[in-house]
Amino acid sequence: MSQYYLQQIVNGLTLGSLYALVAIGFSMIYGIVRLINFAHGDILMVGAFSTLAMVLGGVPWPFIVLFVAGLGALAGVTIEAVVFRSMRGAPQVTGFIATLALSIIIQNAGIMILSGQPRNFLFPAAMRERIDLGIGTASLIDLAIIGLTLVIIAGAVTLVHRTKLGIAMRATAESVTTAQLMGININRAIATAFGLGSALAAVAGLMWGGKFGQIDPLMGFIPGLKAFVASVIGGVGSIPGAMAGGYILGLAEVLFVGLLPPEYSGYRDAFVFSLLIVILLVRPHGLFGRADEERA
Amino acid sequence: MSEVQASTLSKIARPLALAALGAGLVAFVDIRLSDYMATLAAITLVNVMLASSLALTNGLTGLFSLGHPAFMTIGGYVAAILIFPVQRKGFMMPDLPAFLASLQLDLLPALVIGGAVAALAALVIGFPVLRLRGHYLAVATLGLIIIVRVLVNNWDGVTRGGMGLNGLPRLTSLWWVYGWTVLTVYACWRIKHSSVGRAMMAVRENEMAARCMGISAVSVKMWGFVLGAFFAGVAGGLMAHLITVITPGTYSVLLAFNLVVMVVIGGMGSLTGAVLAAIALSVLSESLRPAEEALELYGLSQVAVALCLILVLLFRPRGVFGSGEPRWARYIMGR
Repeated sequence: MSQYYLQQIVNGLTLGSLYALVAIGFSMIYGIVRLINFAHGDILMVGAFSTLAMVLGGVPWPFIVLFVAGLGALAGVTIEAVVFRSMRGAPQVTGFIATLALSIIIQNAGIMILSGQPRNFLFPAAMRERIDLGIGTASLIDLAIIGLTLVIIAGAVTLVHRTKLGIAMRATAESVTTAQLMGININRAIATAFGLGSALAAVAGLMWGGKFGQIDPLMGFIPGLKAFVASVIGGVGSIPGAMAGGYILGLAEVLFVGLLPPEYSGYRDAFVFSLLIVILLVRPHGLFGRADEERA
Repeated sequence: MSEVQASTLSKIARPLALAALGAGLVAFVDIRLSDYMATLAAITLVNVMLASSLALTNGLTGLFSLGHPAFMTIGGYVAAILIFPVQRKGFMMPDLPAFLASLQLDLLPALVIGGAVAALAALVIGFPVLRLRGHYLAVATLGLIIIVRVLVNNWDGVTRGGMGLNGLPRLTSLWWVYGWTVLTVYACWRIKHSSVGRAMMAVRENEMAARCMGISAVSVKMWGFVLGAFFAGVAGGLMAHLITVITPGTYSVLLAFNLVVMVVIGGMGSLTGAVLAAIALSVLSESLRPAEEALELYGLSQVAVALCLILVLLFRPRGVFGSGEPRWARYIMGR
């Protein structure tokens, strides 16, 4: 395999990791409260900027990752408590217009505080080094993103399937009323979904900055939408589906640009969203979703 | 005079009186106030037009579409290309087909064609997309905005790509906008109070029940979507020739959001609500602009609009007027 193709695949997996992290949070929140959270992508932006602030403040890297995850969780829990708890039970449309409003508020608050100018993101220079994989080389940052994502996903899946809180979450996703009758604290379960999902998005923001080197207050919206596309591919509400969808979308997007002549690369986003419409029509439950829900 | 004639008379006379009153206001703004105020009034009226057409699609038919900016972009570019002076077309748009390159239309036919192309696009995209519901439709139409933007951005030879078309003739006057706004609001009102409008509301409330009553849900939804797209396309052309420039990003997701806010705050399906909310929100965001500039807090007005929306959703989830029209509006406009 030539270096070119290897590089394309590594890029696809890196981008796919980022989409997967955001998509899993998206799916978790959808799975438990049936809410499409447009503000989810903006948590990615918050994560990226808090990383930048901590780098400038000289916080050591391992702490930065933990702090960013914590901040993301805090943001998610706050959003749930302040806005969505009072809207629970309202029609589906109400919830997602509110998330759209929240997304606009976060973006504009970002512009007001940080200005719309893109900022350069500082990652340690060592991360740019290339590692020999035998069949070719790949930069350390790409490998770190892919590796860290897999560790985080493994952690999140363990949490959802092995801990009491995770089981409460899944029970609530199954049926809110039944879960409540079984003595499950559904408020806590829902807050967990928002907190955990937002923590993943914030860490994705950290990695996004590291991969692309520039961040701005509006950076989260399109990745947020693409994460939605990824979760639709996998089946909204399914965590393994969101992960698979993220990697499929990341690879498809990179290969679309990498394998077609350069004049087509500008059509990348049109390709992604056409893919969304096609999948919604042909296979609305995605690869791993369940068919018992009203989707299309 | 028989009762039937009297009711027909009031059906036309009172709306005409209202339109004349509006025309008086427009004349006042046009003659006595500054150009700046006239432009603001025109933008406010375009918002009224957009909000009432969206009230037809989203409010009345219950299709949660965010696609208005996509149709505005299509209508805007079509009108701009049709109106553009022939002498400058050669180097601005080298890839234009010959029959378009030698064509130069007036504002009215160009707007109608722009609206018609947008409606056609809605018809084509509607067949697959209108099978989706709720937030799935919302995201698909959001994707439509991005798809249209990407296509326009990359079609350099006709649209000049990211640079957009600038130096468009400033043909849109406050009077043109007023005329179209009156037409749109009146058309939407008549549609709402026709059998099609009833069918739209039936589909919104319960599609299955509406089908059982013999309503073709597919065609009713298509009407809601295509009519909304037509007026959006016309508004796109009007707006382009008011601000004299159109770029792939002129009509963005943010605009879709603002329009949805107008419809939701006014009450889903209430035209009175959509019109009043469009005026109120346009005035609100414009009056916050001096504050934005003084405090250097760009984005403040947008935050205010979004907060308004969240507060309305929390405390009056059905909007100010719900799905109905207040009695005074029904008295003036007839049913």
